[in-house]
Order: sequence, then structure tokens, then C-alpha cells
Amino acid sequence: MTPVLELTGVAARYRGARTDVVSGISLAVRPGESLALVGESGAGKTTLLRLLLGLARPTAGEVRFDGAPLAPRDREQMRRFRRGVQCVFQDPYSSLDPRRRVGAIVAEPLRSLGLDSRAGAAPKVAAALEGVGLPADAAERYPHEFSGGQRQRIAIARATVCDPRVLLADEPVSALDVTTRVKVVELLAELKRERGLTLVMVSHDLSVVASLCERTAVLEHGRIVEQGTTAQVLGAPGHPYTRRLLDSVPRLP
Amino acid sequence: MTLLDVSGLTVRAAGGRALVTDLSFTVDSGERLGLIGESGSGKSLTTLAVLGLLPEGMTVTGSAVLAGTQVVGAPEKRLTALRGRDAAVVFQEPLTALDPLMRVGRQIAGPLARRTGLKGRALRDATYEALDRVRLPEPGRVARAFPHEISGGQRQRVALAAALACEPALLIADEPTTALDVSVQAEMLDLIDTLVREREMAVLFVSHDLAVVAKVTDRVLVMKDGRAVEEGAVRDIVGAPREAYTRDLVASARALESALDLRSAP
Amino acid sequence: MTTPTDLLATEPRAKRPTRRTSVTLTAGAVLTGLVALLALVSLLWLPYGPDDTSGGRLAGPGDGHLLGTDKLGRDLFTQLMTGSRIAFGAGLGSVAVAALIGVTLGVLAAFAQGWLDDTLSAFLDILIAFPTLLLAMLVVAARSATLGSAVLAIGLAQSAVVARLVRILVKRVLTQDYITAARTSGTSWPRTVAGHVLPNIWPTLVVNLALQFGLAVLAEAGLSYLGLGAPPPNASWGRMLQEAQATFTTAPAGALAPGVLLVLLVIGVNLIADGLRDVLDPAGRGRRS
Repeated sequence: MTPVLELTGVAARYRGARTDVVSGISLAVRPGESLALVGESGAGKTTLLRLLLGLARPTAGEVRFDGAPLAPRDREQMRRFRRGVQCVFQDPYSSLDPRRRVGAIVAEPLRSLGLDSRAGAAPKVAAALEGVGLPADAAERYPHEFSGGQRQRIAIARATVCDPRVLLADEPVSALDVTTRVKVVELLAELKRERGLTLVMVSHDLSVVASLCERTAVLEHGRIVEQGTTAQVLGAPGHPYTRRLLDSVPRLP
Repeated sequence: MTLLDVSGLTVRAAGGRALVTDLSFTVDSGERLGLIGESGSGKSLTTLAVLGLLPEGMTVTGSAVLAGTQVVGAPEKRLTALRGRDAAVVFQEPLTALDPLMRVGRQIAGPLARRTGLKGRALRDATYEALDRVRLPEPGRVARAFPHEISGGQRQRVALAAALACEPALLIADEPTTALDVSVQAEMLDLIDTLVREREMAVLFVSHDLAVVAKVTDRVLVMKDGRAVEEGAVRDIVGAPREAYTRDLVASARALESALDLRSAP
Repeated sequence: MTTPTDLLATEPRAKRPTRRTSVTLTAGAVLTGLVALLALVSLLWLPYGPDDTSGGRLAGPGDGHLLGTDKLGRDLFTQLMTGSRIAFGAGLGSVAVAALIGVTLGVLAAFAQGWLDDTLSAFLDILIAFPTLLLAMLVVAARSATLGSAVLAIGLAQSAVVARLVRILVKRVLTQDYITAARTSGTSWPRTVAGHVLPNIWPTLVVNLALQFGLAVLAEAGLSYLGLGAPPPNASWGRMLQEAQATFTTAPAGALAPGVLLVLLVIGVNLIADGLRDVLDPAGRGRRS
């Protein structure tokens, strides 16, 4: 099967920097096979995510969407890409525009991609909000009226309203309390199961990764040190860095 | 001997809403107590109240006796003497806890000089030693650096070194590892554990993460909405939680952990 | 799996953002409103014609002239009324020019990178350092001494200040995740600016523009005092002050009246700016600290 998203020998660096943030990255995201990008700060996770979202361009290698190289100038392709690949961010306080009502926030992809008029979007917005477990009247309210967990649900509603195939999630639960974290993980698992959504998740939290992703790639200093099925990588880690990460997870007595 | 005795502590916001309600607990010298709760549980406010550091506008009633001194209602001058000597604190975000315009070495030398009266070369050696004790490589280089020039994990070590410089009887750690990477967190927890054990220091460790608290403390107090829910030995709380909220908390932590066990089973 | 506890047991919901009224805002609106009323009435009715010199030179208050007359026998109150119109015209016109140029340049500068950013910033710095008076003289030399020239000069000078503020505000908003979310939602840059950036810098911008209004009124009075503003017979407060200067000891009303109105208006708009800051400040709303 053609991967939905693919990176082949990708490298990237910051503007004006001398060294690459990430280099030699080859990854494939196949439909229905959720992928975790695991690593700590400075490993290049965020840069990879920006590459996968088409927000940054690689200095070497290629980003492919449905087998074709991603071309930011190709409007038709970018429209299909944006519709097919949506994103959830880490900080639910920064990712929702404080001056917009939740309804408008969730409707944004529909409106901006020209999929629906304002009136046409309303029932889809209501369905998306219901799908993430929020009351219907949430659409009329402002983000600050919601707790962190609820805000993350709003962000997930926005990312799923246009029925994408891939959901890129940047540390989607690390800003949340433990009990809320479990519920949002359950929600993501449900979306995977019931809507066939493929998740690409950037995380340093191995237990969340284990809950949600079939495949795992471990990043260290901008390179992939190990990748494979999650059971393989976490069950029989081949690289010392992966072992160190696993050993570092605090466990209940 | 009781080092910290909090009883009937109530903290109110400027509008009169109670943020912490009738909280009581004690920490004996050399004992380690964990305060656990989710956002809005009042756990951080409790630590601020114990140090007399609550933001303006909040009112405190009840009693918090630290090393024999009543903190509630005490004048700032008394509190200043208390902080550092009897209790020192490490916060979640080391970047805001350290002075961005002062070299790291001076931020540790300050409290060290106050306690020991050392000067010049001896003070510098003591500073390097303090940095070495929190396992910072190249103490000389770190001492000359500004906070933004070192990594988050190193900054938190510096903050810990600064807190320990005064050899306080009680170390208050408020989510000290939440902003750190997992591997750095593990090292930091290990470090705190070793250092306080060596010094027989008491610890009040605040966190939302049960597993993290369990690494450092023997006893925990679970808080929710400003009230104490349950208190007991870590093993008992984790193994046989009595209250519904604690059960929920433990179950959530277990749920995530079990996913990891399942996947990583050989 | 829906309606989990985090939906039910959360912190009490903050109220919907209601427009809070504040004392400062009301006081400012009353002061500014008084002067605005004078200006509005002057459009429809004036006690005397602006050129009517029938009142006798330097007559005292009373006797058909509420505040007396000036050295040419013109009614002072009539002049004050037309002066308030000019003051408002100068304030609104300058702020409009400053907002139009300032916001455009500021947004461009915020998006610019590399040499373009440096060039724009340097240009703004020069414009800020450039004396308003010299700018006004240049504009007057290029055009003529009219209210329009004064407004253009003041607006240009202020646009640099506005642009620098807008640049910083926009840069700050651009780092927010909701901007990235807008991009990954397929929102174009122009729509992102109109839909996300401007609404989020608006509160701070409005407060600043209100302050600029007060400064513009003062600047116009200064320019007319020097003869660089609206030409006679338009009675700008600045020119009234200048004309009354020689006779201040014998007939103080001619200088005091425009002076007092000037102070009232500037205090009024500053109070409005302060009040708006309180009312519009989004930081006070619902964000958890």
C-alpha cells in the first residue's frame, strides 16, 4: 500500500544555522498504522512534525503525500493535503484563538478549505463536538470557559471535522492531568478504531505511545536510532538510548 | 520531632473563594511527605502558604508552624530569616526561579556566604563543590554561565544546589521534574533522593504524578479542590486506595502503565 | 466514553466576556463627549459668524458674548466651537492616517524576515527620531498650510510609533499555536491576519490609538500656534492661544478658554484609553494562571 505520508532521506536546518536539526530521516506512515515519534527535547521532534505538516521544507530529501512529492505551490495538492492531514497541538491554551467562539474554531478547516458554507458547516461542527464528548451548546461559548482537557477535545474536534485520514498530534496529552490524560487517550483510541484515523504522534511519554501507536521511531539528536513495531521497539529495545528511555519511566510501586 | 505542623490551613482568593480548605498535616524532621493532586487542587498554594509567599490579595487563616515559628501572619522580616535556613524551595520552572542576569555561580555563592561566612577563594571552592554535589559536570564552566546558557535539566540542578546551599531542615519541591525530559527526570529524582537521604533532610514533594512522588516520599497526602482527600503510606494509597477520587487517580496511572507493560512484554 | 468526569468536575466556568463598564471610561466619555457636543453643534449652528467682528475689541464676558470677544472683536465662544471641530478633525484624521499606514507597515514588518525586516525596522526608527515639527514644515512646504497638511504630518509621525507597536504585537500572536492551526486548516495568510491576528492585537491597538488621538490634538494645537496648521479664519485652539498671548494680562479669557478645553479633551481621551485597557484586556479573562 502507498504510504499516506513518507519522508525519504530528509534533512532540515534552522534559517542561518550551520548544522542540521534532523538528518537522514526516512519514515513511512501507512494507512491504519499509527506511528509514534519518540524522543526528548532537542531530538528534532518538532521539526519533523513541521516537515510532515508541510510548514517547513526539507533542505535534503523529500516529503511525499500519497506517493507524490509535496509541492507547497501546487494549490490543488495542498488542499487535498490539508484536508487529509490535520493536527492537534500540545498546549490547549495556545492552540485555540481566545477571541473566537468554539463553533467558529471547529468550523475553520471546513470554511478555509472551501468545503462548506457557514450554514453547511454547523451540523458537522455539532457532530464533531458530540464526537469528542462535548455538549452541543459548546459551540456558542469561548475557549476560556473550558478546562484544559475540554480544550484539547475542542482541538481534536477541529482536527477531525473535515474527516482527515491522518491526525498529527504533538504531545497531545502531556499538558493534561493524569485522569484527564487517560480520557483523551481513550478518545484518540476511539477515533482510530471507529473512523479509521491514522495517528502520527510526537511524544516523550512511552506509556501514551504504547497505548496508541502500532509503530514507533526513536529519535536522538535529529536521527532515528531505532524504528519498528511498538512491541518490538519497547519490548526488545536494540539501542541503548531506547533502553535508557524505558528505564526512566517512573513506575508505581 | 515535628518540623512542619500545618493545621486548619485555609487560603482564600481575593474574592473570598476558598482555594485551600481546612488542611492539616505534619512533617517530622527527616520525613518525606508527598502532596499529590491535579491542577486546581491547591497543592502549590499550600507550599506557598507554608513559606509565606502567597500572592497579594490572598488571605490565609489557620496555622502553619515551621521549625517552631508561626508563619501565618508573621512579618516579612521573620519569614526571610526562615526561608533558606529552615526551608528552601525548588520550583517547577527553573528558568523563572533563577535570576536571568546573574551568573549561576553567584546565585549559589550568595546563600552559601550568608550561611558559612566564607569569602574569596574558599567561597569559590565551596560553590564549585555545591555544583559538583548536584552532579553537574564542569562546575567551573557552569558557575560562569548565565541561566539561559545551560540546559533545562542543568538549570534545575543549579536551583537544587542553591536550595541545598543553606542546608535547610526542609526541602520543598514543587513539581521539580515536570518540565524535564523523562531521562533527565529520572536522574533528578534519583539525585534528590540521594541528597536528602544523606543529609537526613525533610522533604515536602508536590506533584500531580503519583509514580514520581512514590520515588521520593514514603507518605502521601492526596488533595482535591483544596481539601485533603486521603493520607497514608505510599504503598497503601497505591495498593488499596480508600477514597473514590484516589482510586480514580491510581486507576488512571495504572491504565497508562499497563499499556506500556503490554507492549513491552517480550 | 463521553461525559467523563472532566466535563463535570471542572473549575467554575468563567462568565462570557461581558463588556464591563468602568468609572474611568465613563468619566473620559463624559469629558470627551462635552467637547464632541460643541463640535457637532458647531456644524449646525454658531452664535456668531466666524468673521463677525461686530462685538467690539476685547469685550469682557456677558453682553451677548458668553466669553467675550478677541482683539478683532470676534466672539470667543464661536471660535471655541469651531476650534473643537478642528481639534476633533485633527485627532481623528491623524489617527486614521497613523492607523492605516502604521498597521499596514507593522504587519508587513512582522512578517518580513532577513534584510527586509532590518530595512523596515531602520526606516521606522528614523521616522520616529524625525522631529514632527520638521516633518510638518516639509509637508507644508510641499503643499500649503492647511488642516490637511497638519493632519498628514502628525499622522505620518505617529504611524511609525503605531507600526512599531503593531510589529511587536503581531510577532507575538504569530508564535501562538492557533496561528499554526489556522495554517494547517488551510487558512490563507490574508484570512489568518484578518481573522486571527488583527482581532487579537485589536484591544492593545485601540488603547494606543486613543492615546495617539490625544497626542494628535496637542500636536495640531502646537502646529497652529506656529502658523503651520489650519489657516485663518479657521479658529484652531492653537491659533487662539497664539493670538491671545499678547493680551493675556488684560484679557485672560482668550487664552484660558481654549487652554482649558484642550486640557479637558486630552484628559478625556486618556481616561477613555485607560478605561478601554481595563475593559478590553483579554488577560483578565478566564486564563488559568
